[in-house]
Amino acid sequence: MLRSIRSELLKTSTTRIWWILAIILFGYVGLTAAGMAALFTTIREQPDGAAIPAELVPPLVYSIATAVGYVFPLLFGALSSTTEFRHETLTPTFLATPRRPVVLVGKVVAGAVWGVVFALVGLAASVGLGALVLATTGQQTLLDSSDTWALLGRIVLAMLVWTIVGVGLGVLIPNQVAAIVIVLAFTQFVEPLLRLASSFWEWTARIGGFLPGAASDALVGSSIFTAFSGAAATEALEWWQGGLVLAGYAVLFLGIGALTTWRRDVT
Amino acid sequence: MTGAVIEIQSLTKRFGGTTAVDDLSFRVEPGVVTGFLGPNGAGKTTTLRTLVGLVQPTSGSATFDGKRYVELEKPLHTVGTALEAASFHPGRTGRDHLRVVGAAASIPTARVDEVLAWVGLADAATRRVGGYSLGMRQRLGLAFALLGDPGVLVLDEPINGLDPEGIRWMRSFLRDLAAQGRTVLVSSHLLSEVQQTVDRLVIISHGRLVYEGTLDGLESGATARVHVDAADRDALARALTAAGGQVEVTDNGLHVSGLDADAVGVQALAAGVPLRLLIPEREGLENVFLELVGEGGIR
Repeated sequence: MLRSIRSELLKTSTTRIWWILAIILFGYVGLTAAGMAALFTTIREQPDGAAIPAELVPPLVYSIATAVGYVFPLLFGALSSTTEFRHETLTPTFLATPRRPVVLVGKVVAGAVWGVVFALVGLAASVGLGALVLATTGQQTLLDSSDTWALLGRIVLAMLVWTIVGVGLGVLIPNQVAAIVIVLAFTQFVEPLLRLASSFWEWTARIGGFLPGAASDALVGSSIFTAFSGAAATEALEWWQGGLVLAGYAVLFLGIGALTTWRRDVT
Repeated sequence: MTGAVIEIQSLTKRFGGTTAVDDLSFRVEPGVVTGFLGPNGAGKTTTLRTLVGLVQPTSGSATFDGKRYVELEKPLHTVGTALEAASFHPGRTGRDHLRVVGAAASIPTARVDEVLAWVGLADAATRRVGGYSLGMRQRLGLAFALLGDPGVLVLDEPINGLDPEGIRWMRSFLRDLAAQGRTVLVSSHLLSEVQQTVDRLVIISHGRLVYEGTLDGLESGATARVHVDAADRDALARALTAAGGQVEVTDNGLHVSGLDADAVGVQALAAGVPLRLLIPEREGLENVFLELVGEGGIR
């Protein structure tokens, strides 16, 4: 098992995709977080700007790491699975480890490690640049608060689970192009629309809370999207419930994938 | 080193409605090179992929000393496999490719460098596989097979894509591996490609076994002919026909079947016809092979 994990970690670190995604993640999250921090500072300097409490701002800025950054570990996880099908590397993989469930567990654990890596990159961007902007403009950074650090911890957890969701999705949908299209279309378009639509009624909002992105926001406990969409008010899930729902998606995808594509003949 | 015995027993594999392998049974012993032959689409690759657990058989079994591949404790140390569709991530270097699979079998990087040097890829080791030629990919595939120093080697079309020098190298390499006591199974769709390398043959066609035995055994199935010539061809032809031979007269002499070289010599002496040429000939092995696989031609 340990050997399989080591092999999977080496597998993902010997191609370029991890640092390409990490760089884009850093740039995207960093710019968004710095921009948001600057925006809040400007708003709070307006006459009625005090409507936004000072202690609300840092969590919103820091959680940009997951709010806009979660798609990167998700994509990475999906690619780490689909690339095996695409380049037929399942052949040497299964020759070295013929017990296929062992390989899948190795992928999940390696995915978790990468999830933490992406979380650290995302936090370096959102906290690093966000707090810098907040501090230089004289706002609170709340970096001395244990609540803030608990938030950061939950962000790491969320990114970790998102990577595993991706690994599962890639096993479920081994076609790389299809997997990428589904990830991008769902996270950037379908889910935001669904969440918006579900927020109109209370009963749909409760269902909407079970969408993966919503569950992730619940887990993190702060998100730029929920803060302004009004969904936060009806959000029924506790942070740990959100975490379980998100993990549920990972288990579901992995389970179905393990019983279908993962067992297929490798020809 | 003694390699495991490969045993294929009543193996059948159906893909949808197509039967790729049909009740196939054969054994592969250690210490010799066994050629696994058949025309394209005969089921060779499916058989090999089933043998190493990549394809699930519909029925029957394929084992190494009685163990299925998935049951092997140290698969890479027991069986080295190089399949035709060599599958590498184009963005990974050859060395990293071997390190990745090596890690799954606790094979140290030093061993990776050793096999890379062995197959002549030391210089290209840190280049991305995407830039490799077909021959280099074949060598990398072979390096993968050798990684665990296994007692059994299963190689699918290993000679494909090699240049003449590579082919010669591969042939002596395979013989060396067998001489060390390993079990070597090599597939090919061309008999001539492996004829000089293999000791035993397994020939399949349409997923079924058509021949299992030695190369000599296959040769004995070939019709023997004798090429003979004399100044007086007519007298020689009469004598040989009278002795029961079928004689075909051509520009370069007589081609006799039904009599062996000894008998031809005896008849010529008895008839007092001095010979200027006497050569035992074999109908090409390739023809026997083609007849066996019943395709009438392999391109």
